[in-house]
Amino acid sequence: MSEVKFSKEHEWITLEGDVATIGITKHATEMLGDIVFAELPEKGSNVEKDGTAGVVESTKAASDVYTPVSGEVVDTNQSIVDDPAKINEDPEGGAWFFKLKIKDTSELDNLMNKEEYDKFAKETSS
Amino acid sequence: MEIKKTSLNKLHQSNNAKFVEFAGYEMPIQYSKGIIEEHKFTRSNSGIFDVSHMGQLFIYGDESLTEELEKIFPLDLKNLKQNCSKYSFLMNEDAGIYDDLIITKIEEGYLIILNAACKDKDYDILSNLLGSKFKMNLDNNRSLIAIQGPKSVEILNSIINGVDQLNFMTGNWFDSDNQKLFVTRSGYTGEDGFEISISNDKAEKFVENLIEKGAQLIGLGARDTLRLEAGLCLYGHELDINKTPVEANLKWAISKSRLSNGGFIGSKKIMNQMQDGASQIRVGIKPEGRLIAREKTKIFNDTDKQIGEITSGTFGPSVNGPIAMGYVDKEFSKINTKILLEVRGKRHPANVCALPFYKKNYVKGVN
Repeated sequence: MSEVKFSKEHEWITLEGDVATIGITKHATEMLGDIVFAELPEKGSNVEKDGTAGVVESTKAASDVYTPVSGEVVDTNQSIVDDPAKINEDPEGGAWFFKLKIKDTSELDNLMNKEEYDKFAKETSS
Repeated sequence: MEIKKTSLNKLHQSNNAKFVEFAGYEMPIQYSKGIIEEHKFTRSNSGIFDVSHMGQLFIYGDESLTEELEKIFPLDLKNLKQNCSKYSFLMNEDAGIYDDLIITKIEEGYLIILNAACKDKDYDILSNLLGSKFKMNLDNNRSLIAIQGPKSVEILNSIINGVDQLNFMTGNWFDSDNQKLFVTRSGYTGEDGFEISISNDKAEKFVENLIEKGAQLIGLGARDTLRLEAGLCLYGHELDINKTPVEANLKWAISKSRLSNGGFIGSKKIMNQMQDGASQIRVGIKPEGRLIAREKTKIFNDTDKQIGEITSGTFGPSVNGPIAMGYVDKEFSKINTKILLEVRGKRHPANVCALPFYKKNYVKGVN
């Protein structure tokens, strides 16, 4: 599996072959608070880089989930729809959101690595 | 304008509060455990809420004050016993609500608890109506602390002996730590609990004492989910100047004896609406599934007609599902009516339901 990369919209992405797994970062869940609702893209649909691909809602507010790369949705994580609290518990592991079959792996090039993202998250949240 | 802080601000900070601005005050929305944990702790144990931003208006006077206040509030104040509280409203001539409030008869006159965002305007309205005949004091030297939840009575009674003898919606002065506290058995969570009016310089130590006895600080986030589960209105959401108490389904708060003769501001409109019914009414709404419908969500019927709007919507931690309140046209206000909620461009099924979502646990008839 590839190195984990991060977007400015607080998504993480890993790549295995041409299938990317995407979720939201721990930092994002800490900003959101208790997550109580998740909506995922439909399997078989196509999503565009930086477009919305889902929604999470905390007790306080709704937030869009964006996709950092384009592709076809090949799998979604129903377990976080059934139990959204999982997203707070294991955001960068078991609580992934969706998997995309991607065409253009170069779309990952401009994303941040862990160190860059941690710095970015720290700067933008203070 | 500089943001105002309550006397507990430092204590909030040291308890890792996340702050928001609310009605010009820096207030804690949550602490480190988060809204759901704080909500559940209040329902099972004892939560402390800093509500010092709310107005504590003392009006001093005798029977002549009671007479004047009866011209303003739809209450039978002449028969209200000393130390008893009532929920009421300050209204305009069209029965539009300026504020909702709790009024308590005290020995010296009345104590009225007002919403933070409305308190200064309320003061102006009331002082215009009452003239200079009665001394009024919107007391900024006192903090207001609420303690809510089943363990609250035991915890508070260990500090202020005798509060366990208060009935729901009554209060009294108590002596503690060389000062006079006014304690009422009331609150806005649906749980048994108390509100304590205490001088600012003693508030922090008092709350630290409550924490030592096992209560925990709870933020405004959980206060909102708690009151919504209890079916209670929040000013600026369910209530505003364009809503009347009848539309808000708060007829119970209007004293029956005042409905026959009126004589209070807004009475004409209220009496008309009591007779003919209001065209829109506040209801409870339960979305199907897990969908959350927030404030301003449009409500439709199955023939594409907009029939209302959500005024508050969130996830209810004790209900373990989404809950909402809103206004719908009268003909759709019956319990179990199927309605549709438009969220992010799609319409989702929901049902009109009975309030509260969570059964209230008020303590009545202690003595």
